[in-house]
Amino acid sequence: MSLATTTSRVPRFDRVERVAHWTTATLMLVLLFTGFSLYAGPLSDLVGRRLLVQTIHVYAGLLLPIPVLVAVALRAGAQLRADLGRLNRWSADDRAWWSRKKRAAVQLGKFNPGQKLNATFIGAAMVVMLMTGAIMRWYEPFSDSWRQGATFVHDWFAIGLLFAIIGHIAIALRDPDAVNGMARGWVSPGWARRNRPRWYAELSDAGVVGDPVGDARARVEQNRREAGMGAGEVPVVDGVDGGAGDGLGEREL
Amino acid sequence: VTPERGTPIGRRVFLALVGLGAAGVVFGARVQDRLATALAPIQAKDPSGLASLLPFGRFRFYTVTGGFPKRDPDVYTLRVDGLVERPFTISYRDLTALPPTRITRDFQCVTGWRVPDTRWTGVQLRTLLDRAGVKPSARAVRFVSFDGTYTESLTLDQARRSDVLVAYELEGEPLSSLHGGPARLYVAPMYGYKSCKWLERIELTADVVPGYWEQYGYDVDGWVGRSNGRDDQPT
Repeated sequence: MSLATTTSRVPRFDRVERVAHWTTATLMLVLLFTGFSLYAGPLSDLVGRRLLVQTIHVYAGLLLPIPVLVAVALRAGAQLRADLGRLNRWSADDRAWWSRKKRAAVQLGKFNPGQKLNATFIGAAMVVMLMTGAIMRWYEPFSDSWRQGATFVHDWFAIGLLFAIIGHIAIALRDPDAVNGMARGWVSPGWARRNRPRWYAELSDAGVVGDPVGDARARVEQNRREAGMGAGEVPVVDGVDGGAGDGLGEREL
Repeated sequence: VTPERGTPIGRRVFLALVGLGAAGVVFGARVQDRLATALAPIQAKDPSGLASLLPFGRFRFYTVTGGFPKRDPDVYTLRVDGLVERPFTISYRDLTALPPTRITRDFQCVTGWRVPDTRWTGVQLRTLLDRAGVKPSARAVRFVSFDGTYTESLTLDQARRSDVLVAYELEGEPLSSLHGGPARLYVAPMYGYKSCKWLERIELTADVVPGYWEQYGYDVDGWVGRSNGRDDQPT
């Protein structure tokens, strides 16, 4: 592995966010697969073992909200909480983004409106699926009409989720930089400036990116992390000597 | 540069969707019934079969055991015994060689879903009862599934109705394992749970023996629209 990099890295999602994302994604895929094999006749015949599939589906469903809830509650979940706030708020630019004509002039923040809508829908769908799924599974106290209604809602939200997730993956695959943001946690400065100018500007103002010293500092840390080095062992990157008494070597990771 | 601000649209959309879901639980049954009626003609004519995946007007498959039991028609047999003069066992080939009866009716489940105009082919149950010679002491008929768990019952009068079949075809196709094949009971005027799938044995009894679901509170006389506290259109 090369320790030197020519481009700096803009931190996008921290470790807590990434772990929450990928565990939720894994559970969601298990739920989609088991759910559709319970639902679609030919698939359910193929899968057999219906009781097992049903049990997996119920447990995966109960676990689904846990990663995000735990991450939000953690002290280390500060960035996730801030990002949930960003997903909630729609700026004038966000609204203009939906118009093809105005889109070129739009200055987006950390998330584009499609991501905001997707996150909102999936979050709400998780609540609805949990609620209706619980009525279907523990049906004794509920009337037939409610059970039928719960099944109906569970079915339609499942179809909605299927399309939302297929769309999410398809759009992500067209943008390797964005995938990198969720896979490894960082994006290139070029991507951030082009696609998320307002967010990039915020990071610059905060000194996270943009200034050479800060960039170098981020790079040193990143490289040290990749090399699996402990504090105090600092590689030389791009002519910046991290060990030259500037204090970088003593920083906690 | 000003940081991101804006209206909390995310929260509003989130709450609206959760509210929509809750409303769907309360009113969904009514909406679904209307949609099923409105879309039945489209689904019937859809050559791709994709419309049948939409969540109304389609069968849902239940089993009370771990899976869908399979039995090859070549080895499938149906036994008629209990309070009869001449107990017998009939093969799939001999069963399907008997004079067939065709019935087209809606199929209604007690949990709410309904499939319009299902086309069944089978042998009238009373043909088999007559062949076995029902003893005067018999008052009811018990059905046993080869899934090893499920049972059902009818009174003798109900069992003698012309719209009660031992069915072996659905929509002109041999009955698949999912649908309860090679042969199952089809009680047209009653909720689906009365139509015992994977039928293996028909036993004449002195009294009605409550079936699997009836031990969990479903009505023994499962007339569509007149039982289980439901008001569906009779089938």
